[in-house]
Amino acid sequence: MLGKTANGLFWMYRSLERAENIGRLIETGQRIALTRLGSTEEEWKSVLQTSGSFELFMQSHDEVTKEATIDWLLRSKDNPSSVMSSIASARQNARMVRTALTTEVWEATNAAYMAAKEGLARRVNERDLPAVLRLIRQRTSMVRGATHGTMLRNDIYDFSRLGTFIERADNTARIVDVKYYVLLPAVVSVGSSMDNVQWEILLRSVSARGGFRMAYGASRDSRDIAQFLILDRRMPRSLAFCISTMRSNMEFLTSEYGQVTTSCDMLRSMEEKYLRLDIDAVFEFGLHEYLQEIQSVIARVGRQIEIDYRFYE
Amino acid sequence: MGDKPVFDEMTGAGDEVRGPYQAFNNWFEGEDPKDLRAKQREAEELFRLTGITFNVYGRAEAEERLIPFDIIPRIISGHEWQRLSKGIEQRVRALNAFLHDIYHGQEIVKAGRIPESMISRNEAFEPQMIGVTPPGKVYTHIVGIDLVRTGPDQFYVLEDNGRTPSGVSYMLENRETMLQMFPELFAHNRVQPVQTYPMDLLQSLSECAPASAGEKPTVAVMTPGIFNSAFFEHAFLADQMSVELVEGNDLRVVDGRLAMRTTRGYKPIDVVYRRIDDAFLDPLNFNPESALGVPGIMDVYRSGKLTIANAPGTGICDDKAIYSYMPEIVEFYTGEKALLENVPTWRCADPDSLAYVLDNLKDLVVKEVHGSGGYGMLIGPTATKKDLAEFRRKLQAKPANYIAQPTLSLSTVPIFTRAGLAPRHVDLRPFVLVSPKGIKITPGGLTRVALKKGSLVVNSSQGGGTKDTWVLQD
Repeated sequence: MLGKTANGLFWMYRSLERAENIGRLIETGQRIALTRLGSTEEEWKSVLQTSGSFELFMQSHDEVTKEATIDWLLRSKDNPSSVMSSIASARQNARMVRTALTTEVWEATNAAYMAAKEGLARRVNERDLPAVLRLIRQRTSMVRGATHGTMLRNDIYDFSRLGTFIERADNTARIVDVKYYVLLPAVVSVGSSMDNVQWEILLRSVSARGGFRMAYGASRDSRDIAQFLILDRRMPRSLAFCISTMRSNMEFLTSEYGQVTTSCDMLRSMEEKYLRLDIDAVFEFGLHEYLQEIQSVIARVGRQIEIDYRFYE
Repeated sequence: MGDKPVFDEMTGAGDEVRGPYQAFNNWFEGEDPKDLRAKQREAEELFRLTGITFNVYGRAEAEERLIPFDIIPRIISGHEWQRLSKGIEQRVRALNAFLHDIYHGQEIVKAGRIPESMISRNEAFEPQMIGVTPPGKVYTHIVGIDLVRTGPDQFYVLEDNGRTPSGVSYMLENRETMLQMFPELFAHNRVQPVQTYPMDLLQSLSECAPASAGEKPTVAVMTPGIFNSAFFEHAFLADQMSVELVEGNDLRVVDGRLAMRTTRGYKPIDVVYRRIDDAFLDPLNFNPESALGVPGIMDVYRSGKLTIANAPGTGICDDKAIYSYMPEIVEFYTGEKALLENVPTWRCADPDSLAYVLDNLKDLVVKEVHGSGGYGMLIGPTATKKDLAEFRRKLQAKPANYIAQPTLSLSTVPIFTRAGLAPRHVDLRPFVLVSPKGIKITPGGLTRVALKKGSLVVNSSQGGGTKDTWVLQD
């Protein structure tokens, strides 16, 4: 496979995952806004922070409002991580690597783009927002479905998965980090309960409310939530799950190519060092410090994959 | 020429349905126009979904456009096709012999059949190719001969397109769409298949591989990139042949061979089907400003370790002044009279011709010698006074830049409109593959159709559309 193709696949799936995550984030924000009385500026600010584009947003806006935030995250061309920008970039990459994709995957991606373009042609009013977000989620899910259902389990698939899960890992790490102060009481008093709304925002932004209830019942213990989002391997958006998936796809690549790469070593030791811990050890280490380290290792792994597989010259 | 009635390929000059269209017509008359209109929309949806688009330069927004597709096929009988094929084969043979000759002994010049200046002063002549013989002695591997028809037995060659003919993906996708939408039609008509083209292309390219290549030569398609107007086609062909689609920055010269950067390191390439122009191929040998090509690729080529299809310097056979010599060229290299006619052409470089052209401007089509895609041309009969005056000035300033031809009365083929069938002018581009083992012509081609009533311009960049082209098995 061409290095360029591997790069295109990696970023195609990263962008798709990002579009989906940003969509979920908007949904969370709206949900909070609807259930909360009074000003929600702080919540929307936190949503912007989680998306990683707060600073960029403030460059072109005077204040954080619901309308401006939603439009920024959903369709702004100035925001390279907006849902529309991400889907457009996924499709651009898909066009570039089209020879590596099955017809179904390409058509699902193209259809997602066309649907997004139509749905996001104009500012979306509040009443239409749920339907638009559902559309985005369904369309990206269809690409995922086509990927699982039609693609060979070869290096093409491995690079796609690496793109998906590095983005997802980063997303989860970022969400928990932005909200880490919510989980902080755990350090002082184990078993303390969280504010309802904060509890909601955390779990909703990774679409894990139902999953959490299934696994931990009615608990609102911040320790349980942290355990669930970071270390629980049953949860498809937890850090442990994402990193171990990346590691296993990397192992496939390694055995297919007959060569252990630096990025593979990095993933192995990342999993050993950070994701086989007990949640108490994480709190002891310092949750924020822990998440910061993880985010920086994720970024380094991303760069190392580019080098190991010759994405660029 | 404008006085004769226009020949319609479905109905001839009158109301009687011609032979090749009879089975189709029977089917058509039994169809409900409402259903067909729905099918037309369905076809567009299909094209959009599969992403069969072309890019329009200089438009930020609607940068990708669909070429309009018309559901009424253009039908050619097996007998008509056989005659055409013979003429095309003869012409392509002559083109390759001509290219070899002008980069070697220039016998045709010595024989006084073409003036020397036509070659040496030609922009498309590539001095880098003097004395170079490409692997298999093939220069133009993929050719798309543009034909127009004026009567039951009259075909004219409009252009030879020996450099980088495009549109083959539309030929294939048009057929695919028709098969999906009207499967029953193919049961009643014995339509010769075109779907083998990608595999034929791969085989033909492989047969042209250099001696250094192994049993299974590595072939790649080279594109200028995603913003090129024909990117869809480049990706499509690479995909259908199951070969890599590469850009200049994926390539470099390694150990005297062209190689592509893969996730496992550099891998040598034996045959590159390039869709970038000569000037951008190699910054060391051609345009030093270009970032699209590969430094040193020409040196690999000259050392005989790479096949470039089509060969550099092939563009000279697309030159419209050279075109006017095609009857002589065919005769010189094949010893036979050309089977396919040229459109009579005045070379404005010649003072007598120029005088004639200036006097008769409003009856002529004037084209730039190096122009393509319907840009920079004048269609006399439909031109405004202002256009005529402007071209008069251009002709006088740079006569050698132009040729002129009479306006032919191009045949029409019906398209499907809201009001039913309506005749529109068409041309035809059959696709030809050349290898040392032989010449292969795909039975079909790209039919381009002017969508505006009376218009003679069929180019997609000028709003033309396409149709599926059927060659029947007689």
